[in-house]
Amino acid sequence: MAVGSEIVTKIVSVKSTRKVTTALEMVSASKIKKAQDQMHASRPYTSKIKQMIGHLAKATPEYKHPFMHDQDGARVGYIVISTDRGLCGGLNSGLFKNAVIHMREWQSKGKDIDVVTIGNKAASTFKKTKVNLKANISALGDKPELAKLIGVVKVMLDAYANGELSHVYLVYNDFINTMTQKPVVDQLLPLPATEDEEISDNWDYLYEPEAKDVLDQLMNRYIESLVYQGVLENLASEHAARMVAMKSASDNASDLIKDLQLIYNKARQAAITQEISEIVSGAAAV
Amino acid sequence: MSTIQCDIVSAEKAIYSGEVTMVIASGVAGELGIAPRHAPLITQLKPGQVRVLLADGGEEDFYVSGGILEVQPYMVSVLADTAVRADDIDEAAAIKAKEEAENLLRNNDKKQDLAMVQADLAKAMAQIQAISRLKKNLKR
Repeated sequence: MAVGSEIVTKIVSVKSTRKVTTALEMVSASKIKKAQDQMHASRPYTSKIKQMIGHLAKATPEYKHPFMHDQDGARVGYIVISTDRGLCGGLNSGLFKNAVIHMREWQSKGKDIDVVTIGNKAASTFKKTKVNLKANISALGDKPELAKLIGVVKVMLDAYANGELSHVYLVYNDFINTMTQKPVVDQLLPLPATEDEEISDNWDYLYEPEAKDVLDQLMNRYIESLVYQGVLENLASEHAARMVAMKSASDNASDLIKDLQLIYNKARQAAITQEISEIVSGAAAV
Repeated sequence: MSTIQCDIVSAEKAIYSGEVTMVIASGVAGELGIAPRHAPLITQLKPGQVRVLLADGGEEDFYVSGGILEVQPYMVSVLADTAVRADDIDEAAAIKAKEEAENLLRNNDKKQDLAMVQADLAKAMAQIQAISRLKKNLKR
């Protein structure tokens, strides 16, 4: 009997969609733990290096690294970290909205905007807007390596050191927990002054080779590690957001299937009732 | 025997942490042996080994591809680089990242992308349909 065959087809297609969304949900759920571990693993480096910069800045007051004082460049730089793939709810769009609002503020002050992007989604968004897309790196995968970020970060750092940029910001999703990710726009450069109170001023390091060289290297590594940290936070956020988005998609699919099943059953029942009444009335007529 | 706290970290993970009697590393200005209560020192490292001597006479070796070593009287920290770093390699990476952006801007391949995705989707749909039809026929 061909009652409601179109409903059956619909049910089948929703079911297969649900299969996909559940699979995606489970994949993200399994990856999120690893992403979180990576995030935590990179923290000691950042805190160590920060501490060292604090010491060095104090120890060699005669040499001020360019990253530590304001530049009066005509442009403002942004490093935007996004995901490579979609299907993660409003994670990227929320982030870009925040970034664009922040950029508008600078544009209204007459500054041009330079952007380097990490991840496909940011690249495809910002190439359509009125900003200069300077560099891009994507396909970092589930285990991002710092080595891959060196290029894009260097583009920004060089521009800042040459006095082209007045500020550099880092835009990414901060992973708070599985349910919450917060889009943030952090100022990378000039570095906010660090105050390290515990060390008295009466000592200094021995430097090999020169304080300036060491400080230069430290500064670059520090910025790179901050960007790397941002990439990891964003990765964890991506998996969390995708998990939640796919979970609700699966739930919606289940609801839809339930409703469709009900409609189908009703239609079938109606057809049977009609047939019986036809037979009965036919028998009565005989 | 007195010991000193040694931490070796890279941006990607913490590599080693523990009490050691000596840290041996190759700085840009030469080999270094750091014993407890060494004067505060900070140096760039060359690619090479970092060896730590343990209190029980054991020894552990790590390879670093450069980095920075910091000595405080009570601790040694090694900030290891995870990749081989040199100015020209960094420069090449920067140029590559720029080219990537230029490529993105040059070929406005939005439509092309869409067409490709649509073609893939159509193919997948056709496959699914064929499979489900096959299954139906088998049932009958």
